Amino acid sequence: METLRASWFGFEKTWTWYRRNWRATAVSSFLTPVLFLLALGLGFGSQVQSTALIGGVPYLQYLAPALIVVTAVQGATFESTYPVMSQFMWQKSFVAMVATPITPAQVLYSQVMWIGSQLLLRAGVFVGIAALLGAAAGPGILLAIPLATLAGLAFGAPLVAYSATLDKPDAFTNIFRFVLMPMTLFTGAFFPVSQLPDWLLPLVWLTPAWHGIELARGATFGTLGVLPALGHIAYLGVLVAVGIALGVKFFHRRLAM
Amino acid sequence: MSEGFVNVGWVDNLVEAKALTKHFGSFEAVRGIDVEVRRGEAFGFLGPNGAGKSSTMRMISCVSGRTGGDLEVLGMDPATQGPKIRARLGVVPQLDNLDTELTVRQNLQIYGRYFGMSRARCREKAEELLEFAQLSDRADHEVEPLSGGMKRRLTIARSLVNDPELLLLDEPTTGLDPQARHLLWDRLFRLKQDGVTLIITTHYMDEAEQLCDRLVVMDGGRIAAEGSPSELINRYATKEVLELRFQPGAEKPDLARFADRVEVLPDRLLLYTPDGEQTLAKVHEQGVQPVQSLVRRSSLEDVFLRLTGRTLVD
Repeated sequence: METLRASWFGFEKTWTWYRRNWRATAVSSFLTPVLFLLALGLGFGSQVQSTALIGGVPYLQYLAPALIVVTAVQGATFESTYPVMSQFMWQKSFVAMVATPITPAQVLYSQVMWIGSQLLLRAGVFVGIAALLGAAAGPGILLAIPLATLAGLAFGAPLVAYSATLDKPDAFTNIFRFVLMPMTLFTGAFFPVSQLPDWLLPLVWLTPAWHGIELARGATFGTLGVLPALGHIAYLGVLVAVGIALGVKFFHRRLAM
Repeated sequence: MSEGFVNVGWVDNLVEAKALTKHFGSFEAVRGIDVEVRRGEAFGFLGPNGAGKSSTMRMISCVSGRTGGDLEVLGMDPATQGPKIRARLGVVPQLDNLDTELTVRQNLQIYGRYFGMSRARCREKAEELLEFAQLSDRADHEVEPLSGGMKRRLTIARSLVNDPELLLLDEPTTGLDPQARHLLWDRLFRLKQDGVTLIITTHYMDEAEQLCDRLVVMDGGRIAAEGSPSELINRYATKEVLELRFQPGAEKPDLARFADRVEVLPDRLLLYTPDGEQTLAKVHEQGVQPVQSLVRRSSLEDVFLRLTGRTLVD
């Protein structure tokens, strides 16, 4: 209880910052998905023939739930890298926090809480916009909000832990280029992964994005069985848990040595 | 200590360290120090960069664990009661870590929240501290463009948000101009008068002489000497110092017979003597012609030079 309370105070700080600066992040968090939905869903999608492989639904509706997940994973990546490093090294707000009763672990929890809340907010706005554009196949897409958040955290939490070990941001560029980019394009958001060569599939199955897309799309179209759904959720849950456990360790090492 | 006080955690020594050590891998930053800080005093850690002052401060502020020895802060063990101790400490770090994208007022309020204070209490406290730090007219400005002195004052104000019993200041005035330093010293004097115990690290002698009732000189992770500034000066230096400056590269004469002790610096000789003018006269009689001569009172700088063979800021 005490831990939750202390983590909440850290969350409050970021919220105070956000209230002053949300306009700067609004573009990337809200406008980008809208543009993607317009360009790929409505524009490009108008030229795409629906097939049995994508469930016979319009491409725009096929794309929407997956795009929510992909956007969440991207958002989580940005929130888990530079802002985390900055609070260790440039702004040093984490350093300031651990001089108070707040512990390094609580600093980490507050950060993960913050990222989670951001992802929920963005996914929620995305679903609203998708509904307005006719991209929502049914009310099931509402489930994509928590599911996309879970998928985002499954990538973000380990990344927060990793960011706590770095002294310079050079590695981030490589993560964006060689992990995030392929994960965005080749995990089933834009076309079924069955179109990929077989040898690539095990790699796809490792990505939180693929699990999130399976879940979000399955929930939207009601095509996912309970057991596979639980399997995906469990895998993502484990990634979040591992990320937090490592984060606690690395935050302590970074802040309390 | 009477029994009634035990329950509320009243102790006379706010910090007690015995054989305290801190290692980082194979590097020994602190090599077994004994320190006692009494309630109500201003205590200083004096020493050059790398002496182990900051490592010691981090242990006392219950952020970094000790490697060995005993440490009690406010009568508690930092290893097991860190958050509880930190709730009653104020910490002014060496480098400002303010939230530069928030306003001055928000910085104070948010920090109060970290201590679990109610929002109303935080607002009230922020007003009071804005006044204390002479930042009321900047309350709603963002922190980033403020001057170094203002940021420092805000950092100090922020550290007071929980009404700490013990305030730890790590090089509080490094990098500030003289005016800003004096203003800061004034604020610290006030705190001391209000009964706040201060622990200060510094490598400025004047700061230590101004602020500290008692201090230790640290060097290479150890304590080289302990006492009040005047005690240390009496013990390790003479009343006055005669400084003789010579042409760069010129051979310096041997003047050991004129002083209790002579310190040879690259450009100067320091002659430690009870009466500087008299010594200067004798030196002149011998036909020694320095480029420049100066008689001054001994300072902690001289103590430090004596103890470590180095000047403080090197």
